[in-house]
Amino acid sequence: MSEIQVRKLRKAFGDFVAVQSSSFTIHDGEFFVMLGPSGCGKTTTLRMIAGLELPTMGEILLDGEDVSFLRASQRDIAFVFQLFALYPHMNVRKNLAFPLKCIGAPAAEIRQRVEETARLLRIDHLLDLSVSGLSGGDRQRVALGRAIIRRPKAFLMDEPLGALDAEFRNLMCQELKALHDRIDATTVYVTHDQLEAMAMADRIAVMNHGIIEQLGAPSEIYNTPASMYVADFIGSPSMNLLTLPGSLEPGQGVLELGSSGMLSLPRCLEGVAEGNLVLGVRPEHLVPQERSPLCGSIRAVEYMGTTQILTVQTEWGPLLSRVRSDLPFQEGEVLSLGFEPHRASLFDASHGRALNTERAHG
Amino acid sequence: MAEVRLQQVCKRFGSVAAIRDLDLTIHGGELVVLLGPSGAGKTTTLRLIAGLERVESGNIWIQGRDMTESQPSERDVAFVFQQYSLYPHLTVRENLAFPLRSPLAHLDKGAIRKRVDEVAQLVRIQHKLENRATALSGGEMQRVAIGRALVRQPNIYLMDEPLSSLDAKLRAELRVELKHIQRNLGATILYVTHDQVEAMTLADRIGVLREGRLVQIGTPKEIFEYPCNTYVAERLGQPTINLIALTPELREGAPDSATTLGLRTDHVRLNPWTEATAAHRKATVRKIEYLGDQTYLHLDWGGTALTFLADPGSSLAEGDAVALEWEQPLYFDQNHHRIS
Repeated sequence: MSEIQVRKLRKAFGDFVAVQSSSFTIHDGEFFVMLGPSGCGKTTTLRMIAGLELPTMGEILLDGEDVSFLRASQRDIAFVFQLFALYPHMNVRKNLAFPLKCIGAPAAEIRQRVEETARLLRIDHLLDLSVSGLSGGDRQRVALGRAIIRRPKAFLMDEPLGALDAEFRNLMCQELKALHDRIDATTVYVTHDQLEAMAMADRIAVMNHGIIEQLGAPSEIYNTPASMYVADFIGSPSMNLLTLPGSLEPGQGVLELGSSGMLSLPRCLEGVAEGNLVLGVRPEHLVPQERSPLCGSIRAVEYMGTTQILTVQTEWGPLLSRVRSDLPFQEGEVLSLGFEPHRASLFDASHGRALNTERAHG
Repeated sequence: MAEVRLQQVCKRFGSVAAIRDLDLTIHGGELVVLLGPSGAGKTTTLRLIAGLERVESGNIWIQGRDMTESQPSERDVAFVFQQYSLYPHLTVRENLAFPLRSPLAHLDKGAIRKRVDEVAQLVRIQHKLENRATALSGGEMQRVAIGRALVRQPNIYLMDEPLSSLDAKLRAELRVELKHIQRNLGATILYVTHDQVEAMTLADRIGVLREGRLVQIGTPKEIFEYPCNTYVAERLGQPTINLIALTPELREGAPDSATTLGLRTDHVRLNPWTEATAAHRKATVRKIEYLGDQTYLHLDWGGTALTFLADPGSSLAEGDAVALEWEQPLYFDQNHHRIS
């Protein structure tokens, strides 16, 4: 398998810069996800790795070999688009064999590889059935099988699950991840769906306007978002970002909120100017707490089964809190919310980056 | 707003039965969500009520009148589609006013203007009224599409996954707005989706559809806490309910006919493991999965994989041993029906 190095990669379309000087390394066997909204440069980056676009500047190394300007066909990479299209008039065996037939592999080898691949995907009992009679899940497995049968150095996937309904997408996420863990193939996966990214990735690159805002394991991105953009992009509902009045001196861990009282924050190692202090707390870390200055009336109660989401309108903006659903709350009720300081993040709104806090240092 | 009642409705497409013996009443002022995967018959149900498809057998009653054979125009329903289908050459105001310009609406210009202003405020698009429909963001376009349905006061609003083409953040915002609008107007809405979160948060009642049949209907809480079978239990709740085949040592406290134990986060308590823990209660933390809005705790329980929601304050780490206790779990019989 293989390692993909991307060095100072840049792509411009006329005046529009799609990817701005990205550098990162995708390790051998890693499940690497590029996450961001449409237009963030994730698909362009993937297409340059595949050889479907040429970079304006920078280089791409596949297992140490510079492939930046090689054609797609000269790179040993499989590109998986939406996991859908099967040949309806062929049975499972023929669908799986097709990519090998195309490159003129000998019949005996094709047979052996088809059977191996089918075993890997646990569809070996379906080989001689027509694909049109298969369940949705089995069809997806066949489509996956057709992608992996060539044993390329790396898989590149561009929103392969985009068109599936929610329930089936969750199932396919698990299957894709399980398959990856069995064959350990380097996989680069592009999506705008943070749930897919969080569920499957070893590491995630969160992208915005052609720049990688943060690169890290899902737990890092969740616990210590590097910027307000990342904090806001991850989670549904995402992290609460509340602009608070007042400034912070380096070392300060408490903020006085007018007449409302004192709010404990993670101890900040940098200073923030008046008007730029933004508090970030995830809804699940915000809990009812008497005498907290973060107080307001409940504007919405959304039942979700095990949990419910409360929207509390505070003086500084709305806060969402996810709490157990057996706690009875009514719209209109006044509620105070608090959090453990080490669970929170602080940002400087003037540049949007996270501030260094004691928590961020561990 | 009117009551809509479906009575023993059947619909086939060729040899495929799309809807089978569907009995469903949507009360006046109620928001009912039909939940099911693609192909369950959700959209077909909407189209049958709208009169865009004809029933095979059965009856459709709208406000006490049998409308089974009536033309779509006589039924007075408003349809909101998944893809916002706005008139690109018209402004937001003209798009909103369009349904009122119909000769059937009998409205003069002043009345139309007033109604459009009211609705624009409701869907918070009043600042963009003079913009071209194409100069709007996705969320704004969908708000206009919903607004265009709301300018009329039909018997029922039929909504076919109206939020599914929007990104997660916008979807969550519009969900809350739609619920407020529905309450304020006292509107009757039949809403279809495959998204369980939408169903749980929007619905007064959820109807779970499977292969054209209504499996269960009830309030979100009823459906979640008392699913009638394993199919419904697996459709609601994240992470998905853990279904475990009952072994002799797990039978304690289970009804006689139970064959499957259903465990959700709500049913379990995870205590620190001690030497005194019975062997069959010991589980090991296999993985902690951060999903952005929630954190999943994956346990290995003597070879069985279990997934629960992690307590946000929990300090459990991979490899830790815990004692698994449960209280009032769900039990299912060999036919997958819930028995307690």
